[in-house]
Formats: sequence, structure tokens, C-alpha cells
Amino acid sequence: MSMPFYVAPEQVMKDRADYARKGIARGRALVAVRYDDGIALVAENPSNTLRKISEIYDRIAFAGVGKYNEFDQLRVAGVRAADLKGFQYSRDDVDARSLANQYAQILGQIFTHEMKPMEVEILVAEVGVDGADDQLFHILYDGTVMDERQYSVLGGDAESITSRLAGVPVDGLSLSGAVQAATRALCGPDRTLKSPDLEVAILSRSNGRRCFKRLTDDDVAALLDVPGDASGDAAASADVPADPPAAPES
Amino acid sequence: MPFFTPGDDPGASFPELLRRMGLGPDDAGMAAAGAAGGRLDVPHATTCVALRYADGVVMAGDRRATSGNLISHRGMEKVVQADRHSGVAIAGAAGPAVEMIKLFALQLEHYEKVEGSALSLEGKANQLSMMVRGNLPAAMQGMVVVPLFAGYDLRRRTGRLWSYDVTGGRYEEFDHAATGSGSLHAGTVIKVGFRDGMDRDTAVDLACKSLWEAADADSATGGPDALRGIYPVVATITADGWSRLDDAELAARYQTIALQSTEGRSR
Repeated sequence: MSMPFYVAPEQVMKDRADYARKGIARGRALVAVRYDDGIALVAENPSNTLRKISEIYDRIAFAGVGKYNEFDQLRVAGVRAADLKGFQYSRDDVDARSLANQYAQILGQIFTHEMKPMEVEILVAEVGVDGADDQLFHILYDGTVMDERQYSVLGGDAESITSRLAGVPVDGLSLSGAVQAATRALCGPDRTLKSPDLEVAILSRSNGRRCFKRLTDDDVAALLDVPGDASGDAAASADVPADPPAAPES
Repeated sequence: MPFFTPGDDPGASFPELLRRMGLGPDDAGMAAAGAAGGRLDVPHATTCVALRYADGVVMAGDRRATSGNLISHRGMEKVVQADRHSGVAIAGAAGPAVEMIKLFALQLEHYEKVEGSALSLEGKANQLSMMVRGNLPAAMQGMVVVPLFAGYDLRRRTGRLWSYDVTGGRYEEFDHAATGSGSLHAGTVIKVGFRDGMDRDTAVDLACKSLWEAADADSATGGPDALRGIYPVVATITADGWSRLDDAELAARYQTIALQSTEGRSR
């Protein structure tokens, strides 16, 4: 009779976490930054059809990095959950927190019980009626939920990207300022990213009922060209936290 | 959170998702109610029109809902935006009709979000057709819902409109369509006044006039109510999307129509 080898549970979990982290680190990163009228989501994504960022509900967006088929499955499940809830109750009852909790349950369940964890990191962002209610829920492959305040970084190389974002101002950041800061943080000191390499979408308070809006390459190019942000010329030294910028343009 | 295996996935269909989750419409209950008590006396919505013009389509509908010979609601909105480039107008039993529009608009949005792109205009018309057909058992009990669907076709760069029958039959109309109890009068006014390639002003005036005449001859159709400030819902759909006319503009138009129709008459 053959005996299965004993593997310590700590080892099993560590192996799974390493596996998931490796998968996620292979993909490109994504950044969400709050600005004065909402939340800007910026991903490095050369594809114009396979999206990392998408709409879930009136005020809620979804972003995922890692294995496309896995986070897309989660995205569709989120759209379904939100639409069902809005249909059964009211559109006002659909919120990011409950969606984030459901995602965490699913990812946690899969991480502990399935053969293979999901190689994804996702973000559920909700834009509030005013800036104080904006929410960013960052959910990891094992179901860990983090409630983030000002910005959120998903994907490989998150630590250095986060350090580049550290100087981003908390209040009164314009859309162009947010997109530029996110782009600089994503590309780092050694390279530049142009609008075709980026996928940008916003949740804007002034966009009517459906706050989600995808920006075209031309929109993004125009935003990246807007001069006047304090750290706009800091691409060369973007890996050091920028000084607090001067008055951001309105 | 609903999770499905690839072979079992309901796709982008929201009604199918509702059925899977056990939230589908209760046809059995509706049929049983009909079998037990015969026809139900529920509020009915009445006259709506749609017509094509140079930039797209105009949709218009009066605001009255009736139960038998009583007015049950004076401010009902029967012309509703379905999504950015289309709208629905309904006539028939108000309850199922409003529910149908809500589900229809949700289905268009659900499809757009799941698939990542909006349905074609013809696809939307087809979706509505299936919903009307799904209502057939209720229609047999008197809960008839007969919508009009109109929108701007971004691929063909023109306004298009469809009328329906109780069984879900879908008929594309070239120029204009009317539905509801006052449709005979409203439809005739539009038919006589219709010209190809009208501008917005003329088309909106014609739609307003058609509802005026319908209200004049049909007791179930409400006219403009200047006393309460209730005017028909009139909207245009063009390449720029849905746009509803505000009450001030409609008040001015109806003032003109009222003056014209009393001109040169002693009563």
C-alpha cells in the first residue's frame, strides 16, 4: 500500500502563495489614483481589446492583473452580482464593500481548497458622491482584502511603483496630474510609456449615472501632454519620491 | 456571487441569469390568477408615437394611465430611455409594461458590461421582441403590453423604429409608428403631416400635434395639462444620444398648437 507523503500545511500554503505570486509578477502592473473628480485607473496594457479595467456598476469599476481568463471570470461574476442586487433591491444598494467581500470569499475558498490558486490580484473601486466616500478595495490571490485610501498598486513590482507614487498629493489632484503620476510610477526611471501602451479609464463623479468612462488613446495622449504638473519633468528622477508639487492646475 | 462552469454559463443574457438564480418572472402565478378570477382590472397606459426625421427619431407619449373609466395616474412616463442610443414607448397594462422596460434597459446595460460592447440596434429590437413574446401568457389574461422601439443606428447612421404585436412580432417601420388606444388618431396626424427628411423642429411639432389630436378624440389619452404643469414626454434620439425636451419648450409648443386650433372658430 502506498502512503502519501506528509507535507506540512505551512509548506502547502507557502507553495501556493509562491506559485500565485510568480504568475502575477509575470504580468504588467496597474495603478489607481484618486483625483479631484473621481478615480483614475491606469494599466500598462498594449492590447486594445483584452481589457484589464472595466465597468461593474454605476459607481463601481473593476481592475485585474495576472491571468486574463481568471480575472475576467471574476469580472463577469461581479457584473452579475451587482446587476442582480440592483434588480432585486435598488441601484443605491449596490456597493463596492459587499462586492469586495464576495470576491474575497471566492478567492479565499479557491486558494485553500482547489488544486491551483487564482493567479490574480483585483481592485474594486467605488466613486463616492463626494471625494470622502471614494473607496479602493485591493484583493489578493488568497482572499486578503485591503482597504486603500489614496492610491492602489496591483501586479508585479508593486513595491517600487508604490514608492514612486508616494509623493502624489492627497488633495486637489487633477485628472491629467493623476494620469501622469500613475504613468510615471508605472514606467519607472528607465523607460517611457506612450498612450498606445496604456489602458486608462476613469470613474468620474460628473459623468452622470454611469460614472465609468474609458479614455481613448487620443484622450490619454492629450492628458499626458498637459504641462504644469510640478513633477511633470521628473521622469528622470521618478524613482525618488517627488517633492510635494506646487499648485496643481485646475 | 454567481459562478458558472464554462459549459453552463448563461452568457450575456440577464433574463436567463434571473431564471438560473430562481428569480425569473412567475408566469405560472399570472396564469393561475387569470384562470381563477378572469380578467384583472389594472391601470392601462395609452398613446405613444415615434417618427423618423433627418437626424434620427422623435418619440412621444402622453402621461395618462387609466383603469376602466377612471384616471389612475396623470404623470406616468411611458417613453423611456433604454440606453444611450435607444428608447422604448409602451402601451398596455402598466405594471407588466414598466417591469418589462426596467428589465429591457437592464439587459442592454448587462450585455454591454459583460461583452464589453453594446448590442446592435437590431439586436436590441430583437431582445425586446423576445420579452414581449415572454409576456404572451399574461397577455392572454388581459395584461397586454405593446411597445414601440426606436433608436439611432450608429452603423447605418440613421434613425430606425420598430412596432410590435402581442405575440412578439417585430415589424420595422420606415417612417412612423403609433401604439395604444389613441394610436388611430395620432397615427393619422403623423401620416398626413410626414415629410421625408424633416428637421427637428418640424418633427417635434408633428409629434406634439399628433398627441393633441389623440387626446382630443380619445378619453384614455391625456392632453397637455397646463394647470398641473404636466406635458407629454417627448425625446429625440440622434448620433449624440437620447435627449428629452424640457417642459418649458413643450409648453411653448402646445401654446402655439392651442392657438392654431382655435383660430377662426367660434367654438
